Amino acid sequence: MIKKTSLYNLHKKCDAKLVNFAGYEMPIQYKDGIIQEHKFTRSNCGVFDVSHMGQLFVYGKENLTTHLENIFPIDLKKLNLNQSKYSFLMDDNAGIHDDLIITKITGGYLIILNAACKENDLKIIKKKLNNKYDLQLKEDLSLIAIQGPKAKDILEKKVEGVSKLKFMNGGNFKFLNINIFITRSGYTGEDGFEISIQNNHAEKFVQEMLNNEAKMIGLGARDTLRMEAGLCLYGNDIDKNTTPIEANLKWAISKNRINTDYPGSKIIKKQIQSGVEKIRVGIKPENRVIARGNTKIFNNDYKEIGKITSGTFGPSVDHSIAMGYVDNQYSDLNTKLFLEVRGKKIPANVCNLPFYKKNYIKGEINV
Amino acid sequence: MSDVKYSKEHEWLKLDGDVATIGITKHATEMLGDIVFAELPEKGSSVEKDGTAGVVESTKAASDVYTPVSGEVVDANQTIVEDPSKINADPEGEAWFFKLKIKDVKELDTLMNKDEYDKFAKESSQ
Repeated sequence: MIKKTSLYNLHKKCDAKLVNFAGYEMPIQYKDGIIQEHKFTRSNCGVFDVSHMGQLFVYGKENLTTHLENIFPIDLKKLNLNQSKYSFLMDDNAGIHDDLIITKITGGYLIILNAACKENDLKIIKKKLNNKYDLQLKEDLSLIAIQGPKAKDILEKKVEGVSKLKFMNGGNFKFLNINIFITRSGYTGEDGFEISIQNNHAEKFVQEMLNNEAKMIGLGARDTLRMEAGLCLYGNDIDKNTTPIEANLKWAISKNRINTDYPGSKIIKKQIQSGVEKIRVGIKPENRVIARGNTKIFNNDYKEIGKITSGTFGPSVDHSIAMGYVDNQYSDLNTKLFLEVRGKKIPANVCNLPFYKKNYIKGEINV
Repeated sequence: MSDVKYSKEHEWLKLDGDVATIGITKHATEMLGDIVFAELPEKGSSVEKDGTAGVVESTKAASDVYTPVSGEVVDANQTIVEDPSKINADPEGEAWFFKLKIKDVKELDTLMNKDEYDKFAKESSQ
């Protein structure tokens, strides 16, 4: 059966166009449409229902950190309380089961997982931890992202002190008398927050944001926003057939973990030392044609050298944008490529990611 | 507006002598969402009834544009290629796609009038 989030009635009230996404009935867009919603988030404040994502709480004593380091390629011992890091769940070949955000909380860790992967992730993590710890994939919590330059001020009005959070840090806050957990993070390229709140209070909380100039934004704009920000979508840009190094996400592997053990560590080390055959790059078609996932990429001699994994029209950059994997020798900036769209070869160039970059203050101090 | 006819592929056609102006319906644009790309047939080319005569892409997906009748393309609206958002703004007016010199007037009989199309659109979107 298709699942509904706690904001389902609110989505209906806001005239959402609902689609089945990872087993949930989710809003792809509202009345204004993807482009207006995208631009509103960049200039104002957008509210996203991301309750379909998994909120996995892992509780345990001191050995938990060591055991989790056997799973994730990050330096968890250095993580401060309420600090978050982006990481991966990998298989032994360094293929990506899922990408995730892990936050150190009191008594354990909170891991945010992709909706389509969360049940399988739970099984894998549970097995790797030998069923030793208390793992809870919480269904009674909603997750709401508030993103955009005005997110900080709008949220601060209702949640005192939240604007003091630094980027990729979180904390426990109060909304009215309700306990909520907030991290300063997001997936849009904007300043913003993610709020974990009990299902029965979620609608009331979101309504308060909407009463203060924020607007609901659908998954369609979430996708164009993340693409402009150069961020990967699991299942499109990364999956079991790509490693974090091939995905150009080496920065997310902690330096002092490169010589230590975790699933896929041998491959990661080898790829860092001797390079990769294919690598993810940003690609800009020379005209308005959109190159969507699976579009073939050719070199100057029309030899196939890769595939597009995500492509759309970027409303804020006002240009067709894409990303994909190319043979490593074609990954240099400004390399000329051709994309095969409807039988035609469209000229394109390798470009820097992100397509869109904003100089915003990440919390009180730039980190 | 009585001379406007509609196809099951959600194109509209307005006849002026033996030249038909063709575009996509408001209902079609609402289903597609924000249109960000348009491709039109070349002036002077021939198109066959129900054949592909262009492409529109929204932020979500690409869709073919079909021609409801056969003929020779005598004009194509480049302003919608330069600014595809015009298609969402005024799909059944300023944002026409192309003009055809009609080959066979009888083909028009297969198309719907406004009432028939409105009913069809309502049913097909349910």
